[in-house]
Amino acid sequence: MKHSAFFWFVLPSATAMLLFIFFPIVSIIVQSLYVEHAQVIIETENCGPFGCTPTTMVDQEATEALRREQPLGRFAGFTTYLDRGHLAVNEVAAAWDASSGWRDFGGRMLNLPFYKAMAFTLTYTFIVTPLTIILGFMIAVAVNGAVRAIRGPLIFFSLLPMIVTPLVGSLILFWMVDARGIIGATLQALADDPGLSVKASTPLMWIMLMVYGVWHAAPFAFIVYYAGLQTVNTDTLESAMIDGASRWQRIRYVVIPHLLPLTTFIALIQLMDNFRVFEPIVSFAASAHATSLSWAIYNDLGGETRQLSSAAATSVLTILGVAILLSPVLVRTWREFSRART
Amino acid sequence: MSIKAQEKPLGLKVFVLVFLTLWMFLAAFPFLWTLWGSFKVEGDFFSKADWANAIFGTLTQVETGDRFTGQGYHGAWIQEEFWRAALNTVLVCLFVVTISLTFGTLGGYALSRSTYRYAFWFLIIALIFRAMPPITLVSGYLPVFFQWNLWGHLPTAIIVLVAINQPFTLWMLHSFFKNIPQDLDESAMVDGCTRFQAFRHVIIPVMWPGVITTGLFSFLLAYNDFAVTAMILDQQNQTMVPKIASFLGTTQTKGNVMFAVAAVVSVTAPLFVMIMFFQRQIVSGLTAGAVKG
Repeated sequence: MKHSAFFWFVLPSATAMLLFIFFPIVSIIVQSLYVEHAQVIIETENCGPFGCTPTTMVDQEATEALRREQPLGRFAGFTTYLDRGHLAVNEVAAAWDASSGWRDFGGRMLNLPFYKAMAFTLTYTFIVTPLTIILGFMIAVAVNGAVRAIRGPLIFFSLLPMIVTPLVGSLILFWMVDARGIIGATLQALADDPGLSVKASTPLMWIMLMVYGVWHAAPFAFIVYYAGLQTVNTDTLESAMIDGASRWQRIRYVVIPHLLPLTTFIALIQLMDNFRVFEPIVSFAASAHATSLSWAIYNDLGGETRQLSSAAATSVLTILGVAILLSPVLVRTWREFSRART
Repeated sequence: MSIKAQEKPLGLKVFVLVFLTLWMFLAAFPFLWTLWGSFKVEGDFFSKADWANAIFGTLTQVETGDRFTGQGYHGAWIQEEFWRAALNTVLVCLFVVTISLTFGTLGGYALSRSTYRYAFWFLIIALIFRAMPPITLVSGYLPVFFQWNLWGHLPTAIIVLVAINQPFTLWMLHSFFKNIPQDLDESAMVDGCTRFQAFRHVIIPVMWPGVITTGLFSFLLAYNDFAVTAMILDQQNQTMVPKIASFLGTTQTKGNVMFAVAAVVSVTAPLFVMIMFFQRQIVSGLTAGAVKG
């Protein structure tokens, strides 16, 4: 394809991505280096019959003018990154000095909002992703072994947890695990503890969020594996059988190697999606027990005062996290591409 | 492949059966339960006394005189004006799907036909953009949108969602166009068509299966989005998903959880119908990316 034709064809979508993905990324990087102007304070003397007292007041006009003049705020360098809400350098150092051991240090770190969000996001990502893959694989093998006639309905119902809006799906589960809901009540009966409440316990909340994550994502892994199973070479399977391979050996040495490239694909997509975990935390009202990086940004942006600089700094740190997570894949793609060219 | 030796031993058969039943239960039961419960009063849906009340609607009968009640739906759709949110969702989805498919087919076609190095890099950059959590971009939009008075309007949300959709749409359509033989448009060009005419008269008539599949996923992305629409739209223009989130804040205190339950069922129903009609396309779309590994 000619250069000029290519240019015109990709122009609309390139413009859209440039304006609304690339520029915002530049914009958050810039924003995170600035902080909002402080209010301009003027000091006046208030003189009464008992002498003069100095009072301070906010000069609204001057503040407004300053904000209009430099809408970005004043340059602050990396201070936003280093403050308590983000990397919290001073607090970490203090915790390091004060703590008696690793456990204590970890506990202190979890009191800092950024590290708390980071801890949950990473735990969630690295627990949910493998479990999703395993469960998806098991469902795929089971459905593949089912009678052909019922496979359609099986796939239909399996798709539901994935297709339904994450916020809505997690709300549905949340209502069921409510102490007055069916799962919550069952759990109470099983544990023989009428006070048991998922909402009130941090470990239970973490488990619940991850259960939701697996429930939501397993259908994706299932569908991809199921499609992969349709293309397993039957000749190889049969010859393995003739050679005396047991059922398990056939899965282990024929099917799983065949599905391995698919696993890379699923893992890549799941890592990206789990790292942005956000909606379930809103639905489960879990912010007291578990926060994620995306939730931290949402929290900064919402509410009365929009803390743009703080949100921007968290966004930049999140993007760095995504980049680190993706780097092995990118390096591999790059190597394959250069190998293909030479 | 129905060979005797392939037949499963009984134990395995039972295990598979149990496992599948369990999974079906896990996948479908929550939705059926909520659908059933949405026609009850709150005292039944969240039953302190006995969870079986939610099935038989004991309190619903006491309070309304009937086993089923539409109170939740009435409250959500009319009292809390959920219809407005539904209308906004329809508009947003319609425009997002149309625009992103238009942009995506043009771009995806060019990417599938170009052999230059920059086409590869274009796709890689799109993949990196795909990995960005949308909420990280929102703090980049807000100051600009406030300054130019763009905040809160539906068109703004639509164009933002189109842009966020683009990387995925490009990847998907790129792999679909790869499967359309290159000879098709090249022979048209030999016959004297320009590149665009070849696209218009030869490619467009054969591209619909891929476009429909991609359109379904664009629709899902726009329909399910919470992070962007919650932050960019004002109260009047809210779509359904952020509206439900706002129910949680306001109505739970008033004891109207049932509004939220009814709204949740209302949001799920169209998706249910969609899977029923487009199951094959969804499955093929999910696997399209995987084929490339």
